[in-house]
Amino acid sequence: MAYVPLADQDDAHALHDPDSFITKYVWSQDHKVIAIQYGGIAIFVGLIALGLSILMRLQLGFPDTISWIDPAFYYQAVTMHGMIMVVYLLTALFLGGFGNYLIPLMCGTRDMVFPFLNMLSVWVYLLSVLILLASFFVPGGPTGAGWTLYAPQSITPGTPGSGYGILLMLVSLGVFIIAFTMGGLNYVTTILQARTRGLTLMRLPLSIWGIFTATVLGLFAFPALLVSAIMLTFDLMLGTSFFVPSMIHMGETLEHDGGSPILFQHLFWFFGHPEVYIVALPAFGLVSDVLSTHARKNIFGYRMMVWAIIAIGGLSFLVWAHHMYVSGMNPYFGFFFATTTLIIAVPTALKVYNWVLTLWQGNIRLNTPMLFAIGFIFTFVHGGLTGLFLGNVIIDVPLADTYFVVAHFHMVMGVSPVLVLYAALYHWYPKMTGKMFNETLGKIHFWCTFLGTYAIYLPMHYLGFLGVPRRYYEMGNTDFIPASAQALNANITIAAIFVAIAQLLFFINIFWSLKSGKPSGGNPWGATTLEWQTPDTPPKHGNWGEELPAVYRWAYDYSVPGAEKDFIPQNEPGEEYEKTFHHKGGES
Amino acid sequence: MSLYQDVTRKPWNTVGLPDGIDPKPTFNVSNEKLALVVFVIVASVLFSLLCVSYFIRMWFGGGDWLPIALPSMLWVNTGALVAASVAMQVAVVSSRKQGHGDKSKSPWFLVGGVLTLGFIIGQFTVWQQLTSQGYILQSNPANSFFYVLTGVHILHLVGGLWVWSRALLRQVRKDASHDISKSIELCAWYWHFLLIVWFALFYLVATN
Repeated sequence: MAYVPLADQDDAHALHDPDSFITKYVWSQDHKVIAIQYGGIAIFVGLIALGLSILMRLQLGFPDTISWIDPAFYYQAVTMHGMIMVVYLLTALFLGGFGNYLIPLMCGTRDMVFPFLNMLSVWVYLLSVLILLASFFVPGGPTGAGWTLYAPQSITPGTPGSGYGILLMLVSLGVFIIAFTMGGLNYVTTILQARTRGLTLMRLPLSIWGIFTATVLGLFAFPALLVSAIMLTFDLMLGTSFFVPSMIHMGETLEHDGGSPILFQHLFWFFGHPEVYIVALPAFGLVSDVLSTHARKNIFGYRMMVWAIIAIGGLSFLVWAHHMYVSGMNPYFGFFFATTTLIIAVPTALKVYNWVLTLWQGNIRLNTPMLFAIGFIFTFVHGGLTGLFLGNVIIDVPLADTYFVVAHFHMVMGVSPVLVLYAALYHWYPKMTGKMFNETLGKIHFWCTFLGTYAIYLPMHYLGFLGVPRRYYEMGNTDFIPASAQALNANITIAAIFVAIAQLLFFINIFWSLKSGKPSGGNPWGATTLEWQTPDTPPKHGNWGEELPAVYRWAYDYSVPGAEKDFIPQNEPGEEYEKTFHHKGGES
Repeated sequence: MSLYQDVTRKPWNTVGLPDGIDPKPTFNVSNEKLALVVFVIVASVLFSLLCVSYFIRMWFGGGDWLPIALPSMLWVNTGALVAASVAMQVAVVSSRKQGHGDKSKSPWFLVGGVLTLGFIIGQFTVWQQLTSQGYILQSNPANSFFYVLTGVHILHLVGGLWVWSRALLRQVRKDASHDISKSIELCAWYWHFLLIVWFALFYLVATN
């Protein structure tokens, strides 16, 4: 495939050049517009999930003060909060949003290789969100089975939304998987096939490695969810017995017979655990780039970081049953999955060390994106360490149904990825808009969010040790729990409301800056990667003007000894500095 | 530069354009073909998980598994799908012979699609036969799996036929802006894949 300058590309580029408002902003095939559409939808639906979590917290902190929060609504809120946050917000925003925005820019291409498919992906994603939200308006409301949708409970009458609610959830997930697959084929093909001249795989920024590996994980893991959704829909609508065993419900024997609920759990978690890394790996990648840029230092152990991402991706398919210790399993199985779970901690810890070592002796600029990135290291270490506890069968069994687990997974896959999202949104905001955000407001936003989330989740660990059960609408005959636990719960609720309101600062900041922010210039952070070297900011359709960039070096040439500036962009030719670097001490 | 060289090199040590001024894709195939290969892998995962579920439900379910007596019609359908795959391959060979410039006039591409339609109609007939014999969807997990497995397989074929019909339309219109021989080749690939999947599924349901 020979290199063809834009002037000679008669069709590939011109084919989807937008010429009206509709084709430019609505039915757009431009990856940047699609990224913002993905991001907008994801953040919108994420705010709904945030609202639901506040309603849950109000019930837990101040039981029975809001009359219309009944047990059914509480479980519906729990379920929709979980599913929306994990799938429709985090997966969509990291891969659909940042994946779409950064892949063509960081790879030096004009767009994704299949722009039409890309456009289809975002609209099908919107459809899946609409189907999901429609379940709030159907008889019985949305499903209240918990985000894991365990059969047979999720489709048995008595569970909130066991009719239309669960059906819409399953259909919505199916549609989402179609959208993801269309996007995923694009991301993988673009990264593998369309990189610009000189951009070898090992010169890719870690953001791309994270997004790429997460996409591959998604492509392999979502089929498991699809299979379980198809079979559960059959059990629900057509009376088959894939998952539903013989049951007596309200004194009546149900038609079902012989189904295997454990099979559903295996299928669900075969998707569910890689899903954690579908969210985490792009976060790992993005945070690496933010840390390196704002510490003015090359990322420590680049190759190690790449292989760690791939190793985590591979291992993530071998740990799923650690979510099922309390479902009962052969002890040898438990031993196997505990071992693999602990093994996955090795590449993960390696990444944490490398982030810290990237900061070591760096010229650290404590601006808003950097604060969020460093905050992520804290929350991720906390969440990761509690994961080591829960990975062991013998510790998991007593803790599994307590708030310790809630605290653990919110730290590791709630707060941590969200902090990275903020770091990334602030970091790339100047490129997306051409405007600088308000730094002071950004810092206030960070401290409120960072300290606020600790105020929420740190006490939850303690509640877990006390034995406070999770999933409970209110405490019943639980005399072993001291009354002070309720005071702690009230505190957590107040902190949660505070953090939720603090997020307004972010929205005020980005909308205000869009209009009144200072012009940022093309490369305000002095970053090396290609997206900062575009001729226009924000980049125009086609990204690169007349000629595609050529890449002469890796993505992390910061503070190179002997170089003029403290960064050398990837598309800058020349090799003199390299020799100086080696002569000075051979630190390569 | 090979993939191995690429992923083992120390990127901080090298400056310049290792491949010269031509950008090299990682794999020396068209984008469409790579995307198809990735999709085939994804679909394989889907079918594999269905098969694993089949075994788990059979071995560890409630002991209510009753094997189906498969209608002999399935063999006829299998023959149709094999013929469809062969026709697709013949279409590939003849379109290659005719070269990229000349639009393929080979009828085999059409034949392949029509045979596939025949397979799908045949599968529906099998469903009807089974239902009339009392092997209804809900009555037994073996039946449920039979309908789900064949149904998901048919859905994949329908997706293939959608792409096939678009390519066929271009062939009829003699649309010069698209390389139809590429579409024919990709269709053939996909058809072979779905044939292999069908062999696996047929074996699975036949040996329960």
